[in-house]
Amino acid sequence: MLKKETFIFNLPLFASALMNDYESRFRHFAAVKYSFFSIGLAAAPANTALAENGVAPLNYFLHSHGPAATPTMYLGWVFAALLAAIFVIIALLLAGAVFRKRPTEDPRAIGREDEGMPWIYIGTGVSTCILFALAIYTLVTLNVIAKPTHAPGLTLTVTGYDWWWKVEYEDDDPALSFFTANEIHIPVGVPVLVKLKSADVIHAFWVPMLAGKTQMIPGLTNQQWLQADAEGVYRGQCTQYCGVQHAHMGLEVVAQSAAEFQKWQDAQRKTAVAVSTIDIKAGKQLFLERCAGCHTIRGTEAVGAHAPDLTHLKSRRLIAAGLLTNTPDNLVQWITHAQDLKPGARMPSMVLTATEISALSAFLSTLN
Amino acid sequence: MSDVAQSKPDPNLTRVPEVGSAPIGSAAEMRLTRLWESAPGWRGWLSTVDHKEIGLRYLVTAFIFLLMGGIEALIMRLQLARPDQTLLTPEQYNQLFTMHGVTMIFLYSLPILSGFSNYLWPLMLGSRDMAFPRLNALSYWIFLFAGIFLYASFPLGEAPNAGWFNYVPFAGLEYNTGPNIDVYALGMVLLGISTTVGSINFVVTLFRMRAPGMSINRVPILVWGTLTASVANIFAIPSVSLAFFLLWLDRQTGTHFFDVVNGGKPLLWQHLFWMFGHPWVYAVVLPAMGIVSDALPTFCRRPLVGYSAVALSTMATMLLGFGVWIHHMFATGLPTLALSFFGAASMVISIPSAVAVFAWIATIWLGRPVFNTPFLFFAGFVLLFVIGGFSGVMTAAVPLDFQLNETYFIVAHLHYVLLGINVFPVVGGIYYWFPKFFGRMMNEILGKWSFWVMFIGFNVGFFPMHLAGLLGMPRRIYTYAPHMGWSTVNMVTSVGSFVFAAGILIFLINILISLKRGAMATQNPWDAPTLEWATPSPPPAYNFAVIPFVASRHPLWEDRLDEGGGRSSLEQGYLLMEGREMIGTTPLDAKPDIILKMPDDSYTPFFLGLFSALAFTGLLLHWRDFTVLMTLACSVSLIVWMWPRKALVQRVPDSIQDKGATHG
Repeated sequence: MLKKETFIFNLPLFASALMNDYESRFRHFAAVKYSFFSIGLAAAPANTALAENGVAPLNYFLHSHGPAATPTMYLGWVFAALLAAIFVIIALLLAGAVFRKRPTEDPRAIGREDEGMPWIYIGTGVSTCILFALAIYTLVTLNVIAKPTHAPGLTLTVTGYDWWWKVEYEDDDPALSFFTANEIHIPVGVPVLVKLKSADVIHAFWVPMLAGKTQMIPGLTNQQWLQADAEGVYRGQCTQYCGVQHAHMGLEVVAQSAAEFQKWQDAQRKTAVAVSTIDIKAGKQLFLERCAGCHTIRGTEAVGAHAPDLTHLKSRRLIAAGLLTNTPDNLVQWITHAQDLKPGARMPSMVLTATEISALSAFLSTLN
Repeated sequence: MSDVAQSKPDPNLTRVPEVGSAPIGSAAEMRLTRLWESAPGWRGWLSTVDHKEIGLRYLVTAFIFLLMGGIEALIMRLQLARPDQTLLTPEQYNQLFTMHGVTMIFLYSLPILSGFSNYLWPLMLGSRDMAFPRLNALSYWIFLFAGIFLYASFPLGEAPNAGWFNYVPFAGLEYNTGPNIDVYALGMVLLGISTTVGSINFVVTLFRMRAPGMSINRVPILVWGTLTASVANIFAIPSVSLAFFLLWLDRQTGTHFFDVVNGGKPLLWQHLFWMFGHPWVYAVVLPAMGIVSDALPTFCRRPLVGYSAVALSTMATMLLGFGVWIHHMFATGLPTLALSFFGAASMVISIPSAVAVFAWIATIWLGRPVFNTPFLFFAGFVLLFVIGGFSGVMTAAVPLDFQLNETYFIVAHLHYVLLGINVFPVVGGIYYWFPKFFGRMMNEILGKWSFWVMFIGFNVGFFPMHLAGLLGMPRRIYTYAPHMGWSTVNMVTSVGSFVFAAGILIFLINILISLKRGAMATQNPWDAPTLEWATPSPPPAYNFAVIPFVASRHPLWEDRLDEGGGRSSLEQGYLLMEGREMIGTTPLDAKPDIILKMPDDSYTPFFLGLFSALAFTGLLLHWRDFTVLMTLACSVSLIVWMWPRKALVQRVPDSIQDKGATHG
C-alpha cells in the first residue's frame, strides 16, 4: 500500500521531470509550428510579462507558474495524451470494423446474436482500469493543490463588482490596510490566500497560470490560494457570466520580488498628495463634483464606494478592468467615451469641455 | 400458430378477443380505418390523438426550433469570427446565446426525441396508440405553446438574457429588471408540464401497451432509452420547475428564496438547477443512443452485440447521472472531500458509455456493413461520441475542471455531446425512418453529401473550440481583444459552423425533394428486424390490423436467425374492433390481461394547452382577471375532457365476480 502511494505521489514529479526536459524543445516546436496559425501557443520566457508578448495570456494548458497550477497542468497533459492515444486506437478499431474485408455471403443472411461479448468485456474492463488510474491521479492532484505546503504569507480580499475587481490588502493595523482595483501585486514565491466575495452577482476569479478558478458568490466568502514562482504579469479574467460586460472584466496579477512588492505596498498605503497648481486644483474640483460619488481618492473628500479606488491610478498598468492600457490619452477616451468602449458599464460617458478635460487629466496625472 | 395458442388470454379478460386476420381491403380492415382515422380538414388537425401525427408534429416543430437556434448560433459566429467586432451589442449577444441554449436544450433536443418515440413506440411495441392518447396530444400542444411563449419576447428585445442556466442573483429582480427572466421562468414551468405528462405517458405505455409476447427483454433499445429518460424526467423536472417557480415568486411577490440581503441562497439555485440539469443531459442523449442501437444493426446485417448489457448500461448511466450534478459546481468553493466524491462519480459514469461504444463497434466489426446514408451517420456518431466522452472525462477531473470550467472547452464538450450524440443520430434516424413516415425513400446521393458536409463542418467548427478553451477563452463573452490569441481558432470555428449549416441545408433540401419525388418505399425497405417495419409505409391510422404475437427480439428476422424460440405471428392476431381498442399486457412478460378502450379524438387537449398558455401569459403581463378567466377555462376543458362516457368504461376485470366470464 505504502509503495503504491509513493508511486502515485511520484507520478506528477516524474511527469514534471519529463516535461522540464521536454518543454524547451516543445516551446520551440510550438513557436515554429503554431505561429503559422498565430493561435499563440508559443511560450515566452517565464520571467517576463506574459501578457505583453502577443501570445495567449490565459494559456494555462502550456504555461503555469506556481504550485497551485503546475500539478494541474501536468494532469492536463497526461489526460490529453492518454485520451488522444485511446481515441486513435478506438478510431482505428472503428475504421477496421467498417472497412475490413469480409468473405462474400448470401446478402440476406443475418449474423448470430450471441457473438461479440468479448468486445464488451475487454473494452469495458480496460476502460475501467484506465479510468480508475486516472481517478486516483486526479484525487492525488486535487489533494496537492488544495492547500499550500506552508502558511500563506499574504492575505488579500478580492470583491467582484459589475464589471471590475476591488482588492483589499488587510493589515492588523487598520491604518496599513488599503484598497486598489483590477491589479493585484504579490511577492514571488510566497503562497497568497485570496478571499473572494461579490458585491452583486456571481463572478469567478481566475488567474489561470497561477491557479484554477473559484466563484465569488454573494453572501459567501470563498477562498483560494495562489503562488507565483517567477516574476511577471499574469492575466486574470472573470469566468462566470455576470452581465453585459462580462467580456471586459479582466485583472492582472503582478508578481514581484519581496523588496519591490514592499516598495509598492508602501506607496499604495500613502494617501494622495496635496495638489498645487491652479489647473490641477480645478481638475480636483471637477473630480469632486462629477466623479466622487462613485470613486474614492484617499486623502481627499472623494469617498465613493461604487467604483475603483483611484488613489494611485497612475501606478496601474491597465484601466477599465483590463480593457485599455493606462496612457493619458486612453484615460481621456475612457472618461469621455466609456459607454462606447464598454457599453452598459456603470461608468458613464462624461460630457466635458476641452478645458475641463485638460484640468481633469492634469489632476489625475498626480495620482501616482 | 403455436404461439397464439401459447399466449392464451388471461381468464379474467372481460371478453376473449377473436383471433383472425384482417388483410388490407377486407371489411374488418375498413372498419378499423373508420374507427381510427381522424376527421378530415382542420377539425381532425386540431382534435387528432394519433400518436403518428403527434410524433411527426413533435419532429417538425423541434426541427424548426433547431433551425432557429442554429440561425442564432450563426449570427453569434459572425460576431466572434474576428476580434473586436461590433455586429451585435452586448445585450443582443447575451439574448442570442441565452435563446440559443434554451432553444437547443429545451425546445429541440428532448422534443425531437419525444417525436421519434411518439411515432415509433406503438409501432415498435405492436400497439395501436400510446397509453394516454389525449395526454399525448396535450403534451405536444403545451410544448408548442411554451416554445411560442419563450420566443414571443424575442422580437421585442426582451428575451431571456441570463444564460440557459440562469444563475441568481443575476437573474433576480435587482439585476434583471425587465420581463426577460419572467418569460423564461414561466415558460419553463409551462414546458415542464408538457415534459412531465409526456414522460408519464411513455412509462405507462411501455408497461401496459406491448403486444402479447413482447416480454421486457424483447423491447428495442430506443424504448429502453426513452423509458429511462422518462423516469428520470419524472424525478428531475420537479426540481427545475420548483426552482423557476421560486425565482418567479422572488421576482413578483417579494419572497426571499434567492435574495442574499434577506438570507436567501444563490447556491440553492445552482443545486436545484443542476439536480435537474445533469439527468436532463442524459435524458437528451440516451434515446438518441437507442436510435443508433436499434438502427445500426440493420445496416450491419446482424443483431446488436450485447443487447442486455446495452439496456442495463442505459439505466446505469441514468442512475449514476443523478449523483454527479456537483460537477457543474466544482468551482463554487465546496469542500475538497465532496469534490473528490463527485469527481470520481463523474468518471465512473463513463463506464456504461464504454459498454455501449464497444457494443456498437463490435456490431459493425462482426456484421457486414451496408453503406447507406443512415449507416454513415451512425458510424460517424460513434466517433463523435468518443470525443465528447473523452472531453467529459477531462472535465470530470476536479483540478482540471478548475481550469476548464466556463471556458470554450466546455462549449466544445457540450456541442460534441449534444450535436454528436443527439443531432447525428437524429438526422440518421430521419434518413432511416423517413420511408416509414412518408412512404418514400430519401435521396442517397444528397444523403451522402449531407453527411460528409455536416461531419466535416462539425469537426472543423467545433474541434477548435477545445483549443480556444485551452487558450483560456471564457464562455459567453460577446467579443475579445486581438492580443488574447483567440483570433485564428475563432475564425476557423466560424467557417466550420457555416459549413455545418450548409450540411443541414442539404439535408433539408433532400427532405423536400424526397417528399415529392422520392422512390416509393416498400413495407420494409432496409430489411430491418423490428415490428414497425411490419406495417405498411406509411402505417395506417390503426397501425396493426391485428395485434401481433411476438416471439423474439427480431420478429422480422426470425426466418433467418432461427433462434428456436418460436415464430412471431404478424398476420394473425387479436381482432379488436369494438370501438378503439387495444390489448393491455402485463408489465414484464407481456401476457394479455385487459382490453383497453381507447379514447376518441378530442379538442380538449388543444384547448387545455391553449388556455394554460394564455393563463401563463396573463401571469407574465400581470393581467389578473384574464389569468383567472383562463384558469377557469382550463378547468372547464378538464371537465369536458374527463366527462365520464360509457363507451370508455374500462370494465376492469373483477377477479371474484367475473372469473372466467366473457362478455360480448
